[in-house]
This record gives sequence, C-alpha cells and structure tokens, in this order.
Amino acid sequence: MIHSLFLVNASGDIFLEKHWKSVVSRSVCDYFFEALERATEPENVPPVIPTPHHFLINVLRHRIYFVAVIQSEVPPLFVIEFLHRVVDTFQDYFGVCTEAAIKDNVVVVYELLEEMLDNGFPLATESNILKELIKPPTILRTVVNTITGSTNVGEQLPTGQLSVVPWRRTGVKYTNNEAYFDVVEEIDAIIDKSGSTITAEIQGVIDACVKLTGMPDLTLSFMNPRLLDDVSFHPCVRFKRWEAERILSFIPPDGNFRLLSYHVSSQNLVAIPVYVKHNISFREGSSQGRFELTLGPKQTMGKAVESVLVSSQLPRGVLNASLSPSQGTYTFDPVTKLLSWDVGKINPQKLPSLKGSVSLQTGASKPDENPTINIQFKIQQLAISGLKVNRLDMYGEKYKPFKGIKYMTKAGKFQVRT
Amino acid sequence: MTDSKYFTTTKKGEIFELKAELNSDKKEKKKEAVKKVIASMTVGKDVSALFPDVVNCMQTDNLELKKLVYLYLMNYAKSQPDMAIMAVNTFVKDCEDPNPLIRALAVRTMGCIRVDKITEYLCEPLRKCLKDEDPYVRKTAAVCVAKLHDINAQLVEDQGFLDTLKDLISDSNPMVVANAVAALSEIAESHPNSNLLDLNPQTINKLLTALNECTEWGQIFILDCLANYMPRDDRESQSICERVTPRLSHANSAVVLSAVKVLMKFMEMLPKDLDYYGTLLKKLAPPLVTLLSAEPELQYVALRNINLIVQKRPEILKHEMKVFFVKYNDPIYVKLEKLDIMIRLASQANIAQVLAELKEYATEVDVDFVRKAVRAIGRCAIKVEQSAERCVSTLLDLIQTKVNYVVQEAIVVIKDIFRKYPNKYESVIATLCENLDSLDEPEARAAMIWIVGEYAERIDNADELLESFLEGFHDESTQVQLQLLTAIVKLFLKKPTETQELVQQVLSLATQDSDNPDLRDRGYIYWRLLSTDPVAAKEVVLAEKPLISEETDLIEPTLLEELICHIGTLASVYHKPPSAFVEGSRGVQHKKLTARAGSGESAESPDVGLSGPSEAPPAVIPSQGDLLGDLLNLDLAPPTATVPSVQPSMQMGAMDLLGGGLDSLMGDESDTLGGDIGGSPSMGGGLGVAPAAMPAALGGAPAVGGGLGDLFDLSGGVGMPTGSYVAPKTVWLPAMKAKGLEISGTFARRGGIIQMDLSLTNKAMSVMTDFAIQFNRNSFGLAPAGPLQVLTPLSPNQTIDVSLPLSTSGPVMKMEPLNNLQVAVKNNIDVFYFSCQYPISMIFVEDGKMERQVFLATWKDIPNDNEALFQIKDIHLNSDAASNKLQGSNIFTIAKRTVEGQDMLYLSVKLTNGIWVLAEMRIQTGNPNYTEMELSIKCRAPEVSPFVFQCYELVLKN
Repeated sequence: MIHSLFLVNASGDIFLEKHWKSVVSRSVCDYFFEALERATEPENVPPVIPTPHHFLINVLRHRIYFVAVIQSEVPPLFVIEFLHRVVDTFQDYFGVCTEAAIKDNVVVVYELLEEMLDNGFPLATESNILKELIKPPTILRTVVNTITGSTNVGEQLPTGQLSVVPWRRTGVKYTNNEAYFDVVEEIDAIIDKSGSTITAEIQGVIDACVKLTGMPDLTLSFMNPRLLDDVSFHPCVRFKRWEAERILSFIPPDGNFRLLSYHVSSQNLVAIPVYVKHNISFREGSSQGRFELTLGPKQTMGKAVESVLVSSQLPRGVLNASLSPSQGTYTFDPVTKLLSWDVGKINPQKLPSLKGSVSLQTGASKPDENPTINIQFKIQQLAISGLKVNRLDMYGEKYKPFKGIKYMTKAGKFQVRT
Repeated sequence: MTDSKYFTTTKKGEIFELKAELNSDKKEKKKEAVKKVIASMTVGKDVSALFPDVVNCMQTDNLELKKLVYLYLMNYAKSQPDMAIMAVNTFVKDCEDPNPLIRALAVRTMGCIRVDKITEYLCEPLRKCLKDEDPYVRKTAAVCVAKLHDINAQLVEDQGFLDTLKDLISDSNPMVVANAVAALSEIAESHPNSNLLDLNPQTINKLLTALNECTEWGQIFILDCLANYMPRDDRESQSICERVTPRLSHANSAVVLSAVKVLMKFMEMLPKDLDYYGTLLKKLAPPLVTLLSAEPELQYVALRNINLIVQKRPEILKHEMKVFFVKYNDPIYVKLEKLDIMIRLASQANIAQVLAELKEYATEVDVDFVRKAVRAIGRCAIKVEQSAERCVSTLLDLIQTKVNYVVQEAIVVIKDIFRKYPNKYESVIATLCENLDSLDEPEARAAMIWIVGEYAERIDNADELLESFLEGFHDESTQVQLQLLTAIVKLFLKKPTETQELVQQVLSLATQDSDNPDLRDRGYIYWRLLSTDPVAAKEVVLAEKPLISEETDLIEPTLLEELICHIGTLASVYHKPPSAFVEGSRGVQHKKLTARAGSGESAESPDVGLSGPSEAPPAVIPSQGDLLGDLLNLDLAPPTATVPSVQPSMQMGAMDLLGGGLDSLMGDESDTLGGDIGGSPSMGGGLGVAPAAMPAALGGAPAVGGGLGDLFDLSGGVGMPTGSYVAPKTVWLPAMKAKGLEISGTFARRGGIIQMDLSLTNKAMSVMTDFAIQFNRNSFGLAPAGPLQVLTPLSPNQTIDVSLPLSTSGPVMKMEPLNNLQVAVKNNIDVFYFSCQYPISMIFVEDGKMERQVFLATWKDIPNDNEALFQIKDIHLNSDAASNKLQGSNIFTIAKRTVEGQDMLYLSVKLTNGIWVLAEMRIQTGNPNYTEMELSIKCRAPEVSPFVFQCYELVLKN
C-alpha cells in the first residue's frame, strides 16, 4: 500500500514528507526530479515513475506535486484517487491548497494525513468524518483554543464511520431546510478547420448542496432519464432502484457533494453552441500574417452565450500581434506566444470579431503548425444535452424543505483547429 | 496564529529551548512545544534527541496532545528502541480505555512502532482488540495484524492471528470485512504458498454482500480479492458478474477498473452464445470511456489498461474511436497512448477519420508526437489494405512539407509499405530520392538505402546515389553500413556491368577496414558467394522476401492473458508480468485466464506459482563461514581447492539454458513500433544477421549437460533403482472432454528411465484405434522415447495400461509451472490435448551424488539470494530413515553431522540437464514430538527450488 508521501513545490523543493510505514529516504525523489527535468512542461511528468526499489506516483495540483511512494504491487489508480482526495481535503480545510496554506497548518495537515491512511490503507477519507475527527481551523476557533486551551481534535468517535450510511452524520439540525441541485454540463469538442465537428461529447455532473435536518430520504426523477446511460454515482445512490425505475433514490450526505456524473458520448448528436470563423494566414517571404476571428452563436436554444474567452497558442516564430477587437480586450504574451481575448457576452446582432496582423520574427520562415483555438463560454439555464429534472421528493422527515434546481452549460476542452 | 512559525527557527540552541518547553508545567506550553517538534520532524529535521521529553507528555487526557505524541513515537521509536519501551505501559492502558477511539488509536500506533521488543507486548492488546465489541476497533486491529506480520511474521502465525483474521471475513460489519481482506491480501503477497485467502462459494458470497456496503477503498480490496477466485462453473461466474456490474458506475475510477478486471476475467468462462455475454460486453464500454474524461494521470493509467483490453477484446471499444482523438493540450504521455490505441482500433470502417486525424497531428509542435503520428500512418497502411493508397498519398503530402524529421519518419514507414505491398507504390520513389540529402538519422538513411538497393533497376542513377553514401562509409552507423553493403551487392547483381568497381570498393571497406564483426562477416559471405557462384548469389540475395505481417507489436498471448488478470495494477501499466519488476516478486503468483472448461483442471491451475518461500523463518544456516568451517573440519580430509573450479562453469552453462535465452523468448516488452520489427531492413538481403535471441543451445544442450555431469561424477555411486516413490494415477483427461476417452496416469523412474504410466479407458460406444502421443516443448526436454504401444483396439468399457518410456532430449521451452507437460493424444476419432505435471524427482539422475569438496565449494559459490527455505511438518522419521527414503528417489546424502540435538543432512540432486540442487536438512532428534524438518535449498536456477522441495516432502511423507 502507500508507503510515503512527499510534497514538492514548483521550484523543486520537498516541503513536507509523511511516512506511513518505515521511513523512506527523501533521496528517492531524485528519480522524480530527473523526470521533472526531462519534461518539457510541468504537466508532462509521467504519472508513474519506476525506481530500483520503489514506484513513484505523482499528481500535479495547484502547482504542487504530490508524490506517493509505493513498494509493492498497488493499483496505481487507487493511489491517484487517494492523492486527489488529499488535495480535495486540503482545499476543503484551508480554502486553498497552496504551499503557504499547508505550511501554515502543518500540524493539522499531519493529523489529517495520519487519519486518512493507516499502514498505507485508507482509513477515513470522507470529509464529513474527517471534520468530526479534526475540526477545520477557523480564525474564531484558533482564538478560542488559545484562550481556553481546548483542542481542535474531536473527542468522540465519528458517528458516520461505521453506520450503513457512512457519508452522513446523525443529529444534523438546520433552521432553514434547503436542497439545491446544479446540473452542470461541459462540452468537450474538436472542430476542424472547415467548421464541422470531429468529436463532441458532454461531461455532466449534478452537484448538490443539501442542508436538511435529520435523516431525509430523497428521490429525484428526470423527464428524460434515457440520456443517462453512462453514469457514476455517489455511493449514497441506490443502484438497484436506478436500474429498475431510473429514479435516483438516496439519503444525502450533509452539505456539498457530487450526486452523480454522467457522460453523453460522441455517438449521440451533441449540439455545438458557438461557431468560429477564422482566417490566419502567413505568406512565404513576408514577415506579416493576417489574423481574423469572428464568433457567433449556434444551437443555443435562445439562451445567451456569456463569459466567452478565446485563447490560442500562436506559432513560435510570431513576434507580436496588433489586433483590434470589436468588443472585449485581448492580450498577447510575446514570451509564451499566448493570445487571449476576453470577449464577454456574444450579441447575435453584432458578432464579436478580432482582426489585424501578426508579425513574424525577422528571418523566421513561415510557421509549419496551425494554431488551435481554445474557447471557453457559459450558458445559464440550459443543459445542452436536454436533460431535465422532473421532480424531487423527500421522505422520512416531516418538514417541507426549500428546493431549487439550476442548469448551466460550459465549454470543457472546446478546441477549434485552423 | 499559523503554524508556519514552526518552520522559521533553525538557530542554535533550539533543541534546548524545546526541551525546556516540553518539561513546562503549563499544558498549553507543552502542546505548543510538541507541535513545534512535529513541525521540525515534518520537514526532515532530526529532533530525536527530545525522545524522553516527548514521551513524558504522553500521559494526558488531551486527545490532540496524545495524537501528536503518537505521531512522534512512530517516527523515532526505531532509532530509540530502549526509550520506546517506556511508552508501552501507556499503550496497554489505552487499549483498555472506555473510549473506542482511544482503544483504536492505541492499537494502531503500537503497530506502527517497528521495534521488536514492543511487538511482544502488542500481542495481548491486539488479541483483545480483534474481538472488541466496537467494529471501529476491530477494523483497526485487522490492519494491525498486517503491520505486525511485516515486522515479525513468525510471531503472527504462532499467536494464531491469521486464523482470527480469517474469521473476520465473516464479520457482520462490511468495513471490518474489507479491512480483513486487505490485510490478508497484503500478508499473502509475502507468503505465496500459504492458503490464506481460501476462497469458497460461502466466503465469496460474504464478500459480495460486503462489497455493496463498504467504502470505496474497501470495494477495491474486495474486488481485487474476488479476481483471484476461480468459479466452479459458468453459472457461478455469471452470478458474480451480475453482482459486480453495478461497481462500473462508481465515481472512484480505481473501483471501476478493479470491477473491469473481475468482469474481463470471469467473462472468459461464460459461453459466448449466452445473451448475458453480449450484455456484459456492452456494459463494459461506457465506464472505460468515462475514465478518459478524468484527470490526465488517471487517463494515462486507464489508457494503458485499455490498450490491453483492446488487444484481448477489440469488440468492446470498436465504436468508440473518437474518444481517443487527441486534444492539443493533452500531456504528451496521454497523447502517445491515445495514438497507440487509435491504430489498434483502426479498421476499414473508420480509417478515413483516423487518417484525417493523423495528418492533423503530423503538423503539431511536439516532435516525439509528430514522429509517432507519421509512423502511425504507415501502420494504418499496413493494417488496412484499402487505405494503403490514401496513406501513401498522405505521406507524400507530408514529405512535401520538407520538415526534416517528418520526412525522415515518412521514408522509414514507406519502406515498410513497400515490403507489405510490393510492386504497387514504387512510383513514389522519385519523390523520395529528392530528399536524399536531408536525411541525417541512421534509420532513415538505412531505409532510403534499402529502397535504392531493392529497386535499383528502376532508378537510373542508383549507382551514383549509393556511391555518394559510400564516401563517408566509416562515419556511418552500423545499421547504415550493413544496409549499404547489401544494397550495393543487390545493385551489382542487377546491373553487373557498370558497378563492378563499386561492389569491390564496398566489399573491401567492409572486410578490411572495418572492425565490426557483423559487417565483416556479412562482407565475406557476399564476397565468397559472388566469387564462387553468382547464380546462387542472385538467388540468395534477391530472393523474394516474405510479406511483413500487419500487427507487429501485439503483446504475446500468454503474457496478455496474465496481464488481463492484473488489470489496474502496475503490471498493466508497464505491460510486464508482475514477477519481472516488482520488489519482493517472490510473492507474486503467475495468473492466467482460465477459459471456459467443464470441470477438473481449471480449479487447480493458478495456484502453483513459481515462487520462493517467505523470508520469515529464521535462517537454517546461521552463517556461511561457520558452516563451511564445520563441514571442513568434519571431513578431516585436507581441503582441495582445485576440483570445484570446473564444476561451476558447467553449472553456468546449464543454468543459462533455463534462464537467459528462454526469458527473452517469453516476451520482453515490445514497445517498438510495428515498422521497426517487420521491415527491419537488415533482413532484406535474406542474409541478415541472425536474431540473437534464438537460444542456439536449446535442443542439444541438455544432453551435453548430462554428458558433462557423467564426466565429472567422481563418486560413481549409483542410487538404488528400487524404492522410489510413485504417485497414484490421477485422471488427466476426463472422458467428457475427449469424446469418451479417459486418460489417467502417473510418472515413475525405473532403472534410470523415466516412464509415463498411462491407463486408457474407452467410455464411448465405439472401438478406438490408432493411438499416438506427442508432447509439447517443455522445461526439461521430455519427449516420448518410443511410440505409444497400444496394439489391440480399445473396445468400449475396456482399460489398457501402457508404460511409455521418456527421454530428455526433446526440445526445451520454459513452462509455467516449470514441471508442466502438455500432451496431445490422437486416436481414430480426434486429437485431444491435456496437460499434467510431473514430479520433478523424475528428472533426478542416478549419479547425483556430489563429491564433498565439490559440494562445499558449490554451496559457497551459489549466491545467497538463491537460497530458499522450506519447512516440512508432521514427519516421524529419524535422519537415517529419511536419508534412505530420499536415496530411493535419487536424492543423495553427502554428509551428516549432529549439532545440539539436531541432525544436519547435506544432500545433493542432479537434474537431467545437469543442474545441481544442493540442500541442507535439519531434523530435530531430541524431542519425539517435534516433527518439523527445515530444509534449505540452494541452486543456480532458483526457480526449480520449490519443485524440488515438493519432491522432498512427497518422498518423505510416503
């Protein structure tokens, strides 16, 4: 199982280490540093690195490498999932997951890591349970602790730890009982230069914020559950009921959680809400190139496309760009060659465009590669797959909760080739 | 008010300050001080000097302080074992605390303190905690058993904790079950022969129930454990599959992949025509696709596994090509994997899309990726014939871009396309020749030279082109030199008149001015061929070349099957068998997929692994030096140092036979691209260097080994031919699998000849005739020495007993397990296949008694790593009786001595292929109730040790 964990910052220093079995010398990280040096980009470090006696499995999050050391045959996904959980927990506890935040709370971090793994086996990874064992630091609590000498470690056995519903603690009480669900869909797409879709798929999630008293039992039904043929559930969802009736039935965890994530594959027809007209051309022998970009809405079911951000990695030979946007602002970083254009909202009557010229470095030949355009956008009140929640019912408790459902569509990895 | 202040102090005297604070009366100050200590520890500062002061803080009601002290203890107890004892009392007390949180914490922490003295004290509290009323404590205690086992395995076994742990599999709480499974799995890994996870339908049912209710991590442990189970029939596999399928919808990708593993394995046992089989296939695709929308590192692991799944069952993902299309900001490791899978999935139906994508990739920025994309286009051309034309034109387009590395890659793959589709696309040669000057990589140069040589008759200025390469002959790499030599010889054979000078030049360059033996040898061969018989030369050099096959980088099937059983593990990421790279692989069992089989065989197959014993039992041989000294003294004869020198060298040869060469056959990772293997231009002339992997020794060597053994056998003591143990016959081929023919049999060694005793029973309605038998290649070259003597036809319900003499001069191939023998029996009805395992004592030869000095020297010479320890229990024999018994099976006693009430026997065995297996056996004589023997086996080929041990056990117990 997981032997040790090293946290490495962007400048390549180990700033925290934790061992769950015998101590592994930090020199084992030298193999990681070698791989880091070889990688052209920080993201390109291979996730699994073999060393003579160990394996290093790493993830990069918030500019920190979480490097786990394993010695025997352990499923790598298990390790990676666990590392993700560590990152999530830190974020949950400290608001951000940065080197500074971790150093500021090093004792809590250590207590958390100790609680999350025992001898390399996961022990308590649910944030609900952890928070009962180790209370998250807040300014108020720190002050109180210093005055009263009390601690931020819980004295009681966490209630959820062993019950049939380990994700929910007992004795939850709220004055306002509310349950909110956000249906968020991300479109991943590749559009080719002629504007036709090469591949498009939707990654959807339903995130919930449930603040209900007692032990409520919820059911959520959809108008068109057939869309959901590839789903991953939170452990609270009763799978049998879903199989039989296509209804989500569950006792929710307390607070924020991801109820389900789903995937609408490229085989179904996926609506593409924006189109791009582009003309990026360089002439042989000339040091100037033409650059034109126009965006427009398409298949948006009448909803507005907002928070549009266009970015593109221009070829290395480009020296500078002098462009004029019809709306929004653009920046070009001459070092990284990254062009980004903050468009804002698309007005169907007056399509936003970015036109002008780019200049090449003197003597540079016509670039070989065509830049890819990356687009981000948001559409409120629309789930692009067409998924719609039918109704939400609550059993097991008597009060009437306040319910709300929100839809949103976003661009995921939305790429247009030129 | 943050902890970062703890990081700042590094000044001198810090330890003193902390010491003072730790001993302060104020609780708050104490806690702050412990926090500072922990912070220093976290960043790797040595604060072990504060050990006694920190331990003093342990007796406290403050849970946080207690936890912090525990954290400290775990880190430093190892370096301060004597001090750590001070903490024991508090631990024992805490294990009785009314608060289950504290009980669990105490037992958990004690397990983490890796100090021998503490472990003794741990046993009692642990036993209590394993039976604690609170499941939280029980599940913590279960893991603690695994910790303790890691520190002192013997103690855990003696204390019976393993049985308690097994009982916990039936616990009412699913979390306890999951942790017990996890602990047992970890223990089993270092304990391969033990039957710790004895899975039967009842336990499986319990695991499946717990699977639904435990945490995600517990589900992973349980699923990985389930994957080791062997269902009795297809109904059971189906029902397990049905209960595992819901896990495919889990949010945790590790759970999903472990579930995929179980399903992929058990699916093999389902009949293909079953409706459920099709349903299951359909259910597997979506979760795999979903894994690809996760974070890049998860994607990478998923892709490596999908690569295996696609090779095993391409039908699952054949419609999902698009999800493998590369996004420009994918990390490079994801891009390369996606590309690989795209080629595997390419078919006539989707080739247009794939090609368009590949062409797009070829204009990207990343050089490695672009190269691989260009190669992929070539592989598509070779794989999908209909697309070849389009691929070639795409490649030509790419060559027009004049991007140097693109052109070079394109030329390399076009050469392969020529090999696959001769006389079709040669019109493009002119375009290729235009780029001759820009080639600077050996592989591309070699490919281009091959093309020029191969098509010399169509290229007007072929001689000029080749001549231009010849100028810098000595600066070229070997690959290019070899290719140039062959190409010019080809050119000469095609246009003899104008190129005589050229060929003489290259031949003299290759033979006289080069010090590369390969090049020289090839040069001489050409030279002699050309000078003695130009017609023959033409036939040889210009022979028609075999077409290259389409899929060249597939994983070898048996390895693929093993890897499918290891989906989701490191082995599946590296595409290597677990034994090849994981530390402590002694524990890894070789698994294989069991296809749907009626009954019998399948149940036992995966259990016997090639694995050594645990390192746990105390060493039988205390130290090399002592023992050897003792033995020498005992011998009285003056030690001679000259004799043994010959022996080891012979050993080495014999061992190589089993080791090196065969391993390379077994399947190294073939990460190279298809084009490389298939079209390696050095094979072009038909006279290429023979691939080195082919172990030349294979066939004849065992005989040679045996012969050498004879020569060096100084003792000449021939063992008694009688008295060797013969196992009762077992059914090898059930009648229902062989159209009514039932074969049972056993092996025996009589008078130095191995005999396979067979009983053939006809359970069909018709008469059987025309029997014949054949063996597959096997580890020790066993082969029938004569035909199968079944003279009379076999009538219904009749049984015939035959003895088939065997020789050991057949072809050799390492089997899994080592003593496996695959047999084909033919009769007038059909050919039937079965496999059986022979006791390795069959191949112990009669002259296996080693000279004492040779024994000593050899024992010393074999590295300690090759030593394997075993125990034989319940034996009521004294050393003489044992020695006699063993001699009957050609296990010879070299020497005997008595030390402290124990008899030590030194034994030797020689295998038919000349491998010696030495052993030391320790027998308790003083105490009649003590019936254990300890056996330590040393051999240059350690993989045989477990099998030799089995023989010892078998012989001694019968």
